[in-house]
Amino acid sequence: MAHRALPVGPGVAASLAVLAFVLVPLGAVALRAGGAGMPSPGDWAAFRFTLWQAALSALISCALAVPVARALMRRRFPGRALFISLIGAPFILPVIVAVFGLVAIFGRNGWLNAALGPLGLPPLSIYGAHGVILAHVFFNLPLATRMLLSGFASIPGEHWRLAEALNLPRFRFLEWPMLRDRLPGAFLLIFLICLTSFAVALTLGGGPRATTLELAIYQALRFDYDLGKAALMAAAQCAVCLAALALARRVALAPVAAPGLGLPPRLPSGPLWLDALVIAAAGAFLLLPLAAVVTSGLAGIAELPPTIWRAALRSLIVALSATALSMALALLMARTGGRLAEVASALPLAASSLVTGTGIFLILFRLIRPEALALPATIAVNAVIALPFAYRILRPALQQAEMNYGRLADQLGLAGLARWRLMLAPLARGPIGFAAGLIGAMAMGDLGVIALFASQEQQTLPLAMSRAMGAYRMEEAAGAGLLLVIMAFGLFWIFDRGGRDAN
Amino acid sequence: MPTDGLTLDALTLTQGDFSLSADLTVPEGQTIAVMGPSGGGKSTLLSGIAGFLSPTSGRILWNGQDITPAAPAQRPVTMLFQEHNLFPHLTLAQNVGLALGPSLKHAASPKVADALSRVGLETLGPRRPAEVSGGQRSRAALARILLAGKPLVLMDEPFAALGPGLKQDMLALVDETLRAAGRTLLMVTHDPADARAIADQVIVVEESRALPPTPTAELLDNPPPGLASYLGTSARARSSS
Repeated sequence: MAHRALPVGPGVAASLAVLAFVLVPLGAVALRAGGAGMPSPGDWAAFRFTLWQAALSALISCALAVPVARALMRRRFPGRALFISLIGAPFILPVIVAVFGLVAIFGRNGWLNAALGPLGLPPLSIYGAHGVILAHVFFNLPLATRMLLSGFASIPGEHWRLAEALNLPRFRFLEWPMLRDRLPGAFLLIFLICLTSFAVALTLGGGPRATTLELAIYQALRFDYDLGKAALMAAAQCAVCLAALALARRVALAPVAAPGLGLPPRLPSGPLWLDALVIAAAGAFLLLPLAAVVTSGLAGIAELPPTIWRAALRSLIVALSATALSMALALLMARTGGRLAEVASALPLAASSLVTGTGIFLILFRLIRPEALALPATIAVNAVIALPFAYRILRPALQQAEMNYGRLADQLGLAGLARWRLMLAPLARGPIGFAAGLIGAMAMGDLGVIALFASQEQQTLPLAMSRAMGAYRMEEAAGAGLLLVIMAFGLFWIFDRGGRDAN
Repeated sequence: MPTDGLTLDALTLTQGDFSLSADLTVPEGQTIAVMGPSGGGKSTLLSGIAGFLSPTSGRILWNGQDITPAAPAQRPVTMLFQEHNLFPHLTLAQNVGLALGPSLKHAASPKVADALSRVGLETLGPRRPAEVSGGQRSRAALARILLAGKPLVLMDEPFAALGPGLKQDMLALVDETLRAAGRTLLMVTHDPADARAIADQVIVVEESRALPPTPTAELLDNPPPGLASYLGTSARARSSS
């Protein structure tokens, strides 16, 4: 409707800034690289591995999410809501901590091998392609489960009753149409997330058979300083991601953040033992690594060296700054960015944060010392990485507020800041708190650009932890990991809680 | 052409592929019921007058002054919606205070207390909308309209969600506050009894046209065919009994 068309203003400027932030560094890298050589067999291997590990990770996550979401949908048990919140934890768990926890369970000296050993079974190794996929499923199974739970909640109660009254097979007439709608979106989102995987591949993968494009970019930059190769890989990664994004837009992604606790009026039955088994297995898979982090970290956290505490403070500053920047951009873009914001907010999903970081470095290194650049660049890159999530959480909330109360606000002359303060911010408070918590936790745990730049003096907590792991200072790594979990979850909890408190 | 009151001068409003035309005058101080079948354009008409919808042609005048280009807040118009009249996160007093300007400080103004007491909500100022009844929410919205002091008040079925008793109370309250203060009222209603109770004249909106106002009793006693079929014979019998 013409009269509801939002004014186009600062949101367009913010969208252009984000586009420039992603594209200009990519251009700088490409320019500096000059003519890139032909891709080597190793580059092709990285390309193929990136695609098939992402596809397989997404496929397994979605396939496992179906029974988990179904079981959670049709069973009521004490602590169900808490359980659903808890199995969402991996999504905001810092990657390096999750890897630590997964190694503690599935690694050579892990709990699983300790259980298998006495049975005479050969020890399993977590390193390699299957480890990368295992970690990706660990992160994304909760996401897929949440998306399907919200899908189940979207089936109206009347339809369940109607199916029952008419004696229709519920799976075929109710569940399957919903799954057919939601699964492609879930698959593509997870595929996209796994395409740009770096920290998992860095720690669990590597070598000719388990190197992702993003990891190959890191190696080209860090060890060979081969900008041409990095630019070529970045372009390949960008092309693949854009293709996946274009596909994803066609299947219309379901909302990321729907809590999905709704229940059908009368619960469809099924074998209880099977649902119990599924829920227990999912709980064990998703929560045991977290438990391992906590138990092994308790000893170390009291004796952390001062370098770790300084890194923690740096991480806190990075996370809070990135949250503020990302929220400001996302709010402006969601409100007044128009169609440009749709594109600009999705583009970071396709960008290589390492290439963005390198590009920033190439543009600015004559003006600013690289060490001085490490933290600001990390803040900016983290703010932009989180933007797709923040935008997609905030946009519907602001639209809803505008739809319900826009005319009242127009009539009362609430414009500009007064409209934000009196109408939009209070009405979208829940999603704003949730988005801020998500960005804060993601930025707190991010191990990306910082790995490229930072010296000892600028390292963040995730980097300090990964260096401790690399140096086999396991006690220190475990303590740092627990501290990192506490900080990431704490930040999420504080922001999310702040959004929920209706005073 | 009289310059007093509201004039819709060869007005055409378009919403999607629906279009409504109006060419009429409402004298200042009159209470008008806007009636007609669903989808006939009643809400479109009110949206246009309030400024939420720009006309494709024609002008809207208030006391001879062209208000067509003015933003909603700049018009001598205020509107009571079907729902969402109060911000859920603000107290009743804060909501009413917004009539004085975009600040929450006005909630403490004696004018707000006065407006609340005129609608019978003296003690409920600190409550939030969710903490009071539907009837009390309607009263608070009415208090804000009273305080806003705009001469032209539009109501889009504002009391449709209330029970019959409460609705009568609210109409009586509108009568003794807004009408008594000489405001010009345009109220969308489906119920001929409402029109008889409060309206001097009726604007019939049907088939993409808003017809000039006709005295209420005259129109309802002898409704034109379109309105008659919309009202149904039983409704007419009930309203005239």
